[in-house]
Amino acid sequence: MKSNNGSPVLIKKHHLEDWIGRIYTTFCVSLLVIVIVSMMYFVASKGLTTFIKDGVNVGDFLFGTKWDPNGDNPVFGALPFIAGSFATSLLAALIASPLSICAALFMNEIVPSWGKRLLQPVIELLAGIPSVVYGFVGLSVIVPLFRDVFPGQGIGIAAGSLVLSVMILPTITSIASDALSSLPKGLKESSYALGATRWQTIYSVILPTVMPSLLTGVVLGMARAFGEALAVQMVIGNAPHIPHSLFESASTLTSVITLNMGNTVMGSVQNNALWSMALALMVMTFIFVIVVRLLERRHRL
Amino acid sequence: MKPRTADKIATGVIVTFSSIIVAVLLGLLGFILFRGLSHISWSFLTSVPQTIRAGGGIGPQLFNSLFLLVLTLIITIPLGLGAGIYMAEYAKPGKITSSIRLVVEVLSSFPSIVVGLFGLLLIVNTFGFGFSLFSGALVLTIFNLPLMVRVTEQAFRGVPKEQKEAGLALGLSKWKIIVSILLPVAIPNLVTGTVLAAGRVFGEAAALLFTAGMSTPRLDFTNWNPLSPTSPINPFRPAETLAVHIWKINSEGLAPDAMAIAAGASAVLVILVLIFNLTARWLGRVLYQAFTASKVIK
Repeated sequence: MKSNNGSPVLIKKHHLEDWIGRIYTTFCVSLLVIVIVSMMYFVASKGLTTFIKDGVNVGDFLFGTKWDPNGDNPVFGALPFIAGSFATSLLAALIASPLSICAALFMNEIVPSWGKRLLQPVIELLAGIPSVVYGFVGLSVIVPLFRDVFPGQGIGIAAGSLVLSVMILPTITSIASDALSSLPKGLKESSYALGATRWQTIYSVILPTVMPSLLTGVVLGMARAFGEALAVQMVIGNAPHIPHSLFESASTLTSVITLNMGNTVMGSVQNNALWSMALALMVMTFIFVIVVRLLERRHRL
Repeated sequence: MKPRTADKIATGVIVTFSSIIVAVLLGLLGFILFRGLSHISWSFLTSVPQTIRAGGGIGPQLFNSLFLLVLTLIITIPLGLGAGIYMAEYAKPGKITSSIRLVVEVLSSFPSIVVGLFGLLLIVNTFGFGFSLFSGALVLTIFNLPLMVRVTEQAFRGVPKEQKEAGLALGLSKWKIIVSILLPVAIPNLVTGTVLAAGRVFGEAAALLFTAGMSTPRLDFTNWNPLSPTSPINPFRPAETLAVHIWKINSEGLAPDAMAIAAGASAVLVILVLIFNLTARWLGRVLYQAFTASKVIK
């Protein structure tokens, strides 16, 4: 482009703006990508040190039931923590899923007129309450209650999963509710036209159709429960072995990391073992994301 | 069983379960406010915590939480806006875009403790920022970015297509359209989303344990030199936030009134989060009216 006075290229102001805008937004996105890639790299390299440099056997780490980092012959079996994490998040999902799905049905099928107006704020408030507050309430309500009703100290996997189940209610409910409200209207109406009752319609038409989305919600809820640290740590008791009952002190991956990361020396074997657990958490996150993706793909078909 | 009876029973179960959720929320809020409100007073909100004696307050923690939130938003908003605009306006459908989407999804489902550990490794140790407000703000930015990107993208995608086409028909450049046509329309949703995200950041503790630290130096609130170690606004000092404080006194509190302090601090935290929620909704509505000169339909 030649201008009148002969200067070779005239960059107009809006071209420059356009360029700056494009470069800036691209920069932001690349930063996001760089952060996640470096996060994966750093946590993985630190977590693998335990196995490569310190010579801990991967099998012993994953399936060893004895965690004794300070003994004469230190043993790093993380199974109690891995089992604790799985037990709490599975139980939490078991408690929360029926409640959440019923709440979503209530909002969209039973009273569509005002159900959403009532439950939507409830769900949002539940999602907004900070996790330490959940932990505090669990510690001062659920734990004493369990101590009175059941044998044991009240702390343990039962208390942990009950606290977690309330925390993941909003996740599952909002995904289930979104799925229900995006169903085509004709589906329901044709079922009613055949003379089906509301429950028959829900049970044999609506639920099978939205099943992949419901499962997505449950998996995302479990992912949240799996990664939750402080609320669980406060009520689970933090004993480093596999409990014999739900009301006995136990540990999860997150709780042991929270408690010990500050008390161990960076670079020591025990510290590296904690990083390996962080790596395990990260791998589980990937697995959850992959499962969600698969479910979504099935939903699209 | 007759279908009609089954229908009645199922409806009953669904209504009961939904009421349980409402009851859980009311019980939670009631418990927190009932236990906590009696402990909240001006001196509780402003005085410093005590380690072994009763009567400590949460003054520095409250200030730290608010200051950390401001720092985080200063870093998050420009980055989140930029990345969100890219996803909404520049990204072309294809392999690269879908892998960026995957990255955002993975980042948003990372446990906050893992994000905190990454911060400990890279920001605190490798970059040498130590336990500081700045490290905390960076970690919270990582933790918050996926949400901000999603909020921005949805806000921009929510703008009616005709408005963008009108801009294109006027021969405006892409950036001009983004800044002067799309952004004003998107602002109400952006503000609502940002304030809600801020509420989430406010209650976050797991990511801060190993980045912002679990202690606060003695602060001198008359010292406003940002480089002095006792100044409250020095971003490179360690800072224990309100959420971290609640966790700490619950797990290792030695003061005789630790439970009461935890109750009071929880109530303060919950009230602030409630305020964030209400403000988000109110601001969104007001801005929507101001920018579009129309009444809200819903």
